[in-house]
Amino acid sequence: MSVIFKKTAGLTETDTHYCPGCTHGVAHRLVGEVLEELGLLGDTIGCASVGCSIFSYNYFNVDMIECSHGRAPAVATGIKRTVPGKTVFTYQGDGDLAAIGTAEIVHAAHRGEHITVIFVNNAIYGMTGGQMAPTTLSGQKATTAPTGRNAELSGMPLKMSEMIAEVPGATYVERVSLHHPKYIRKAKKAILRGFTYQLQNRGFSMVELLSTCPTGWGLAPVAALEWLGNNMIPYYPLGVLKAPEEV
Amino acid sequence: MGRTLMKGNEAMALAAIRGGCTHFFGYPITPQNEIPELFARELPKAGGLFLQAESEIAAVNMLYGSAAAGARAMTSSSSPGLALMQEGISMLAATEIPCVIVNVMRGGPGLGTIQPAQSDYFQMTRGGGNGDYRIISLAPATVQESAEMMQKAFDLSHKYRTPVFLVSDGMLGQMMEPVEFLIPPSTKPAGDQSWVLSGHQGRRPPRTIKSLRLDPAMLENHNLKLQGKYSRITRRESQFESYRADDAELLFCAFGSAARIVKNSVDDLRQNGRRAGLIRPMTLWPFPFPAFRVLPEKCKSLVCVEMSCGQMVDDVRLAAGGRVPVHFYGRCGGVIPEPAELSEYAEELIVGGAV
Repeated sequence: MSVIFKKTAGLTETDTHYCPGCTHGVAHRLVGEVLEELGLLGDTIGCASVGCSIFSYNYFNVDMIECSHGRAPAVATGIKRTVPGKTVFTYQGDGDLAAIGTAEIVHAAHRGEHITVIFVNNAIYGMTGGQMAPTTLSGQKATTAPTGRNAELSGMPLKMSEMIAEVPGATYVERVSLHHPKYIRKAKKAILRGFTYQLQNRGFSMVELLSTCPTGWGLAPVAALEWLGNNMIPYYPLGVLKAPEEV
Repeated sequence: MGRTLMKGNEAMALAAIRGGCTHFFGYPITPQNEIPELFARELPKAGGLFLQAESEIAAVNMLYGSAAAGARAMTSSSSPGLALMQEGISMLAATEIPCVIVNVMRGGPGLGTIQPAQSDYFQMTRGGGNGDYRIISLAPATVQESAEMMQKAFDLSHKYRTPVFLVSDGMLGQMMEPVEFLIPPSTKPAGDQSWVLSGHQGRRPPRTIKSLRLDPAMLENHNLKLQGKYSRITRRESQFESYRADDAELLFCAFGSAARIVKNSVDDLRQNGRRAGLIRPMTLWPFPFPAFRVLPEKCKSLVCVEMSCGQMVDDVRLAAGGRVPVHFYGRCGGVIPEPAELSEYAEELIVGGAV
């Protein structure tokens, strides 16, 4: 009997704490698979951020460091500048990257740090219980936006990838989605591309993964996937926002 | 290099490079700018890395990453910048990452002034970040001592796996004095590297540097482990200088810039037949309580002098333990006390019968 499918060596045997239907698991697997396929597991240092993904240090089969809220790109900078031969990535949610950590992400991109940023955007603060994030859609309900996000009060949702793509130091920025197998395969290609650019010392790469938060959104897992496709993608269009010209 | 005239800030930076510092991360703020400027010039020549951060918050987090990856790394700033770094300093203490942080103090609160002050004694000894932790705080009083303590700071930080503060101020950092680098250049310590993030190479389980422990029992254990370390540091590392104190009736207590001014007052008072002396804490934490365990036999009162509204005086009162009265004399907001005014204050105490 031959093995036709197995768990990636990029993840540990630890059960994750993520809610049923949450796409963090898919995102983890994709990152783990890419690191495994590139043969990088023994030479990678990951930066976990504050939010649901803080425990990612228990799940990735690589050396990891826990970072204060929003600071992962600065910590990753310190690591990469110290051990430039290692592969360094951050795994950050939208509360972490798009709110408290905007300075750190912009300036890591600005300096052209040779790091890869995995940006999980589920349009809400998951870990703290479903509060509004800068990425929460207009009209979307959250515990701190009980009648839905009001643009007059809180502004329109922030498009981080578009912002980062405008930063001269950024090399590669792509937005992908995890709501459907077809899109998940594209997401893996984007993550692979992000890490490949780092291996080639070609600078800063960021892959935004549109993700679900069934618990925070108050939707069943399948309905959450559909909601992502119907509501998030129209506002956060998928595709490459910046990439180096291929030789 | 023989005796060279240089600023305190420059001496600290050069001493750090001699101490094996390879990575510096910082953000401009007066009056410490000579430190990053010297690193920017000299560190690349020594094969190291200087990187200017977008904020003090980013700088301390870069420091965290760099030191976690095994570098002898440091940052420097001045009072409001240190306030911004406190989140990261709490993290560095919690995760037991060795590194050095220089504070060239200026007057506060708020933006205050760029003139020298000692009003960060609380910030340097009472945390500032969240949680139960302590940071070794070294307080030089001369440019020479700034250089020596800087080299020692790296060794201490590695010995105990803890961040170390070097507490200077705008006067000490900006003034020029002859300095001689007497301590041989340090080589990278071959100590325990089992915590360094280096990639597991498939030969060991993945390593994690973290502070989060949601299980109260586990977090309590971690705290108790840290406290054990702080107790060892308290027992072994407190340091002070005793100046003409043996027969003192009036014993000053001052650190850093204030202490060197007080020395002049002690000499003046002695010339006028007053038996004055000085205890100068060289470590602010651990505070040198042993220096006060046995007071000079004739000591009638302690006078704490600070360039602040009175912060270290809390520790001096604890050290005195009610045996003798503790008086306080402070100038603040960037004002530097003159030896004559300190002597005058002491004379008033003596004439008024307080001593």
